[in-house]
Amino acid sequence: MTTINSPRPRADRPRTGRVLTHVLVVALALAITVPVAWVLLASLKRKSEFFGSPWTLPKGPHFQNYVDAFVTAHMGQYFLTSVFVTALGLVFVLAVSVPAAYVIARYEFRGRRLVELALMAGLFVNVNYIVVPIFLMLVDWDRSLIDVFPGGFFIDNPAVLSLVYAATSIPFTIYLLTAYFRSIPVEYEEAAALDGASRFRIMTTVMLPMARPAVTTVILFNFLAYWNDFIIALTLLPGEGKTLQVGLLNLFTAQKAAADYGRLYAGMVIVIVPVLLLYAVIQRRLIEGMASGGVKG
Amino acid sequence: MTTSAAPPPSPTNGASKSDAAPSAGSSRRGAPARARRRADTRFVLVCLLPALALFAVFMIVPTMNVFRMSLYTWSGFSPDMRFVGLDNFRHLLDDKQFVRAFQNTVALLVVVTVVTMGMGLFLAAIMTRQRLRGRNLYRFVLYIPNVLSVVVIAAIFSAVYDQENGLLNGTLRLLSLDGLQQVWLGNQKVVLYSVAIAMVWQSLGYYMVLYMSSMASIPEELYEASALDGASPARQFFALTLPLIWENLRTTLTFFIMSAVNLSFVLVRAMTGGGPDGSSEVLLSYMYKQAYTNSSYGYGMAIGVVIFAFSFLVSLLVSRATRREPLQF
Repeated sequence: MTTINSPRPRADRPRTGRVLTHVLVVALALAITVPVAWVLLASLKRKSEFFGSPWTLPKGPHFQNYVDAFVTAHMGQYFLTSVFVTALGLVFVLAVSVPAAYVIARYEFRGRRLVELALMAGLFVNVNYIVVPIFLMLVDWDRSLIDVFPGGFFIDNPAVLSLVYAATSIPFTIYLLTAYFRSIPVEYEEAAALDGASRFRIMTTVMLPMARPAVTTVILFNFLAYWNDFIIALTLLPGEGKTLQVGLLNLFTAQKAAADYGRLYAGMVIVIVPVLLLYAVIQRRLIEGMASGGVKG
Repeated sequence: MTTSAAPPPSPTNGASKSDAAPSAGSSRRGAPARARRRADTRFVLVCLLPALALFAVFMIVPTMNVFRMSLYTWSGFSPDMRFVGLDNFRHLLDDKQFVRAFQNTVALLVVVTVVTMGMGLFLAAIMTRQRLRGRNLYRFVLYIPNVLSVVVIAAIFSAVYDQENGLLNGTLRLLSLDGLQQVWLGNQKVVLYSVAIAMVWQSLGYYMVLYMSSMASIPEELYEASALDGASPARQFFALTLPLIWENLRTTLTFFIMSAVNLSFVLVRAMTGGGPDGSSEVLLSYMYKQAYTNSSYGYGMAIGVVIFAFSFLVSLLVSRATRREPLQF
C-alpha cells in the first residue's frame, strides 16, 4: 500500500512502522469482508460445488437457492413477519417514549427523580436475563384467558412481541430523548405558549420536529436491535410464525444436518443484504449517534 | 405513583433558569394558576403513564420475578411450586456444569475484553493520529459486523470453521499447513477460543469507532507540542491519548462487561449449543438450558441471579480499580 502520499511526511517518523500498521488495518478489513463476500458467492453455488476447496468460484449463478430459501424454507414469509414486528415495535416505542421523555425533560413533578432513577437502572437490565419470566408471565395470562381465547393470545402473537421489544428499549430511548429535549432552548416553547398553543400541540408541533436528529438516532438503534433480535423472538413465537433470525437458525440447523448449504447461504444473504444496504445509507448518522451517547448494552 | 398534585411553579424547565415555561403567559396568581397546575399534572400523567406501565409490566416485574422464583422449585407448567429458600443456590456449588459455565464465562470475559479493548484502542489511535488513506472506508468496513445479527455471525463463523469445507481449514490446506487444521467447534480445547474470536470480530469495530470519536476531541496542539519535545507516537499514545480518554474508557468497560456476557450467550446458543460436552457453555446458556430443556425454572432463575450479581460486582470492581483523577484538556 502507498505511504508516499501521506499529508505530512515526516522524516523522523519511521516508515516501516507506518507500513506495518497499514498492513494490519488492511488485514483486519479483509478478515471482515472476505467471509461476508464468501457467503454472497457461495449462495450462488450448486450443491456439488460445495465440496473441495472453498475458494473455487461458482461456475454460474444458481438462483434456485434463493427460490428455495424464499419459498420452501419460508424465508419470504419470515421476512414479512420481521418487517411487521420491527415496524410496530418502533411505533410503540416512539408513541410512549416521546411524551414521557418530553415531560421528564421539561416538567417538574413529584417523583421525577424516582422515575429517572428507575429508567436509569433499566439501562442495565438486559432482556436476556428476564426473557424467561416474561415468557412465563405471558403463558400465565394466556391460561387465565383460556375461556375467551382458547388458542391463546399473548404467546405466538407478533404484536405482543413488538410490545415487548418496545418495553425493553424504553430506558435507552427515553434516556437519549430526554438529554436531547433538554438541549433545546425553552424560548421556542414560550413563544408557542404565548401564541396560545396547548401543551400537547407544543410537544408535537414545536418540540418533536426540533428533536428529529435524536428521534432518527433512536429509530436506527432500535431498528437494528429489533431486526437483529433472536432470543426474545425465539422464546415468544414458538409456533409456525417466526422472525427472519429464528427462521435462519432453523434453516441453519436443518441444512447443516443435510449437508446442503446452498439454501442456507441464500437465506443468510436475505438476512444480511437489507441491513448492509441500510447501513451503507445511514452509516454517518449511526456513528454520530453512537458518539453522542447511544451506548447500547 | 408519580404525581397527584404537582409542587409549586408547575411547568418549570429542567435545564434553564427561566421559570416561565410552556404554558406561561397569563397571570400567575390565584385560581387560574391552580387550574393550570392541575392541567399540567394531568398532562404529565397522560404522557408518562403508558411508558411507565409498559416498563413496569415487562421489565420491573420480570426482574423481580427472577429473584423471587430463584427461591422456589418449579417445573414451570405445573402448579406445583415449592418454596425452598436458598437451596437452589446451594446446589449450584456442587453442580460441575455450572462451575464450568462460570469458568468459561470468566475466561471469555477476560480474553475478549483484553483483546478487543487493546486492539480497538490501538486501531483508533492509528486511524486518528496517522491519517491513513481511505480510513473512512476502513471505519465503514470494520463496523459492519456490529450491524449484523448474532445468528448471521454464528452462521458465518460456522462456515469459516467448518471441518471439511470451511474457509479456515480450506485456506490452511491451500497453504500446505495441513498440520494446523482443526475441528474448530468440535474440539473441547479449542472451541472456547473459536467463540472468543467470533466475539472479537463482532465488537472490535464498535469500540474502535467509539474510541475514535473521543480521541478526535483531543486538541491537536497537545500532540504538536509533544512532538516538538521529541515524543514518539507510542509515547504520545501512552502519555497523552490514553490518560485523556480514560473516563470514556471506564464507561465503555462497564458496558463491555454487560454486553460480553450477553453476546457470549447468544453466540454460544446459535453456534455450539454449549457443546461439545459443555466445553463452551456459558452462564446464560446454562440458565436457558435449565429453564427450558430441563424445566427447572427455579434453578434456572437462581443462575440468573448469580449472573446479575456477578456482572454487577465485576462492573463495580472494575470501576473502582480504574478510578483516576480526571484529566482535562
